[in-house]
Amino acid sequence: MNKPIARLAVVGTSMMVLLVVATTYWQAWAAGGLADRQENQIERVAQFTIKRGRIVTKDPAAVLARNRPKRVAGRTLFFRQYPPGGLAAHVVGYSTQARYRTGLERSRNDYLTASNQNLSTLLESSLDKLKGATIEGNDLVLTLNMRAQRAALQGLAGRCGSVVALEPQTGKVLVMASFPTYDQNVIERNFVRGLQRIQAPCKPVAPLYNRATYGLYAPGSIYKVVTAAAAIDSGRYTAGSRFHDPGYCEVYGRRVNNYDTTRPFGNVDLRQALVNSINSVFCNIGKELGSKLLVEYSKRFGFYETPPLETPDNERVASGLYDDGKLFDPKLDSDVDVGRFAFGQERLLVTPLQMAMVAGAIANGGIVMEPRVIDRILSPKGTIVTRSRADELRRAVKPETAATVASMMRAVVESGTGTAAQVPGLVVGGKTGTAETGVAGTNNAWFIAFAGRERPEVAIAVVLEQQNGTGGELAAPIARAVLQALLPRAANS
Amino acid sequence: MVTRYAVPYADPYLLPMVALLSAIGVTMIYRLNPDDAFRQSLWIVLGVLLFALTLLTLRRDYRIVERYKYLFGLGALVVLALPALPGIGQTINGARLWVKIGPLQFQPGELAKIMLIVFLAGYLRDKREVLAQGRLKDFGPLLVIWGASMLVLVQTNDLGSALLHFGIFLAMVYVATGRVSYAAAGLVLFVIGAAAIYTVVPRVESRVSVWLDPWADADGTGYQSIQSLFSIGNGGFGGTGLGRGTFTTTDGNAIIPFLNTDFIYSAIAQELGLVGSAALLLVFMLFVARGMRVALMVDDGFSKLLAAGLTFGFALQSFIIVGGVLRVIPLTGITLPFVSYGGSSVVANFVLLAGLMLVSNRANARA
Repeated sequence: MNKPIARLAVVGTSMMVLLVVATTYWQAWAAGGLADRQENQIERVAQFTIKRGRIVTKDPAAVLARNRPKRVAGRTLFFRQYPPGGLAAHVVGYSTQARYRTGLERSRNDYLTASNQNLSTLLESSLDKLKGATIEGNDLVLTLNMRAQRAALQGLAGRCGSVVALEPQTGKVLVMASFPTYDQNVIERNFVRGLQRIQAPCKPVAPLYNRATYGLYAPGSIYKVVTAAAAIDSGRYTAGSRFHDPGYCEVYGRRVNNYDTTRPFGNVDLRQALVNSINSVFCNIGKELGSKLLVEYSKRFGFYETPPLETPDNERVASGLYDDGKLFDPKLDSDVDVGRFAFGQERLLVTPLQMAMVAGAIANGGIVMEPRVIDRILSPKGTIVTRSRADELRRAVKPETAATVASMMRAVVESGTGTAAQVPGLVVGGKTGTAETGVAGTNNAWFIAFAGRERPEVAIAVVLEQQNGTGGELAAPIARAVLQALLPRAANS
Repeated sequence: MVTRYAVPYADPYLLPMVALLSAIGVTMIYRLNPDDAFRQSLWIVLGVLLFALTLLTLRRDYRIVERYKYLFGLGALVVLALPALPGIGQTINGARLWVKIGPLQFQPGELAKIMLIVFLAGYLRDKREVLAQGRLKDFGPLLVIWGASMLVLVQTNDLGSALLHFGIFLAMVYVATGRVSYAAAGLVLFVIGAAAIYTVVPRVESRVSVWLDPWADADGTGYQSIQSLFSIGNGGFGGTGLGRGTFTTTDGNAIIPFLNTDFIYSAIAQELGLVGSAALLLVFMLFVARGMRVALMVDDGFSKLLAAGLTFGFALQSFIIVGGVLRVIPLTGITLPFVSYGGSSVVANFVLLAGLMLVSNRANARA
């Protein structure tokens, strides 16, 4: 009987060897892949043992995200707390166990959890891990101005829409507001009902969307700034080029009307056409320039690409002509109604951030700066980990073109459709827009502008969705309130 | 002390290895749930008492049990059938494995395992020559046991125990007859039977599909298996360190259900890492090697079969649960001997140890 027993012994020990091999496979070979899987509860919990960095603003100082330590099952876990509630919810995002992460909490998770290791910090953090010390993350210092952010949300006053303000020379995002907003503190415990309770006069309510970077709106007349810049920059027109306005423009034999058809402007120049937002003039310019050139200029301003920003890529979208929910780059002039495209209708859809970048480029001598919302990242000890630089996205138009368009936009606020945005002590240039969405009473009210004491210091875009009034009546006053909050000394003088 | 007195020549490694395994088990259970660890300690004390009692009563010649082999066989069947009886049978987690009498609750399957081994050792020693000739009518008992094991599988809804009992049976038939074809034929029969049951019993079917692709329903049926793999993967080479592993969510709920019974291996693997879990498996392997050595050294057929059966039962049970946790085979819930939390398992395995010690005492005393 010994031979079978010996064989059985081999079988028995081989089973144990097989188990050792299998354990080795899961712990050495497959461990990395397992750790990366989203279902991994251990990894999720592990994130909460890290004292995440705070998210703050300076000037004025405010804390947007901090930690709330709590003892759970014998160890300290760090849960997130968002003191200002929904004030900058769409930029900051949230970090939870139940709903994972969004916003900067997601895209800058590596800095916030101090896992952005380089060789010099690797040793230190490995030692900390061995000692069982709590890992402390890095703090994000944002470029936002919370006083102006609050003014923007107050200005939106319960209407759906968004406000974006940038520093034209640096691309720093000063305001990024989106309404309806949500309180990040309800996400963990009360996600479904907490969000259902949010009411807003628009459909869909979609409080989680960052309308500033993810909301696509028909731009309407604010797009005339891009068309005017293209017209002048191409050398085909000047601010003084003469046009005749019959109150409409013909495209493929069909009439395209002005906002008010009963009152044609007659003989005007390009400057007056922008000041009074005359559709027929821009329609004719569009027909003359062709869709290829117009699209080409829109790309120079940053259209057709997702604008750079530190928030997650899937929370931002590109502006441009859309067909069936997809970006569409016309190959032939006949693919697109170029006359209506020229004054911001057709299938053109833009984000508030993109339109703030357009205003910023005009204010910055024709150069589009990369927008950014993180100013610097600080280690727990307070030393600077990284400081973000001002980067050019590209030159959109020649400096002379930008100067000419800027002077035309100042005229809009001085004597045209944008007078509601005048701020004493500030030089303001802007453009209104009232984009039709195809259904009566559901216009997008737009205003884009730049402003400063002598040279432009702020570029801004405001949109209100599903409105009855015009951009000049509804959006321009919000821009004024935000500008006053951003440049208070000028406003008081 | 009892050991010294009752079995002075017994293998000196078996008892320390069991002590080590029990200590690891209690430590791990204490880390997961201190109350359970206290209860486990009581069970270990009871197990050791039974161990001592077995040694003392059978110290002269344990082979008297061979005379009662049919009693043991019958006992095994009765005990296995107990959970099916209304009134005292308990269905927990979908498997009818429990018996509850008053405040006492235990899994008789563990006890049946040992009874079955004793019966087979006695029966096969009698019939081995006859069986080895391979006449068709001698396959009768084989088929009866196969049928019984399938019945147990259907009745208790528990693939793990059926696999264990049938595996032990095949191994012992093989040892007795030396014919691989018997074991192979038995294995084929088992696979056919299991396949039939696979299509009939939904619980078995879901176990197999989870084994093939646990990611298909990662939040549902595959959840336990997947989170257990995450736990093992999180251990890595060196482990997180005892007490530093992650077994609860941020609101304090357990990530893996049945962590201290069926899934204790994944808890150990996370906190002790590859180093610790491989060391644990090596202890199991050494135990198997020592047990088989006893079977090789002892000179009478009954003792050989008994030692080989007990050792292989121990090895197979460890393999079924750890292999299930590691996705080597479909997962079936049975305990890891001496390590998992569970009274019946601890007590039964101490009796198993007593059996092995008695046989080894005889082997070494005569050598």
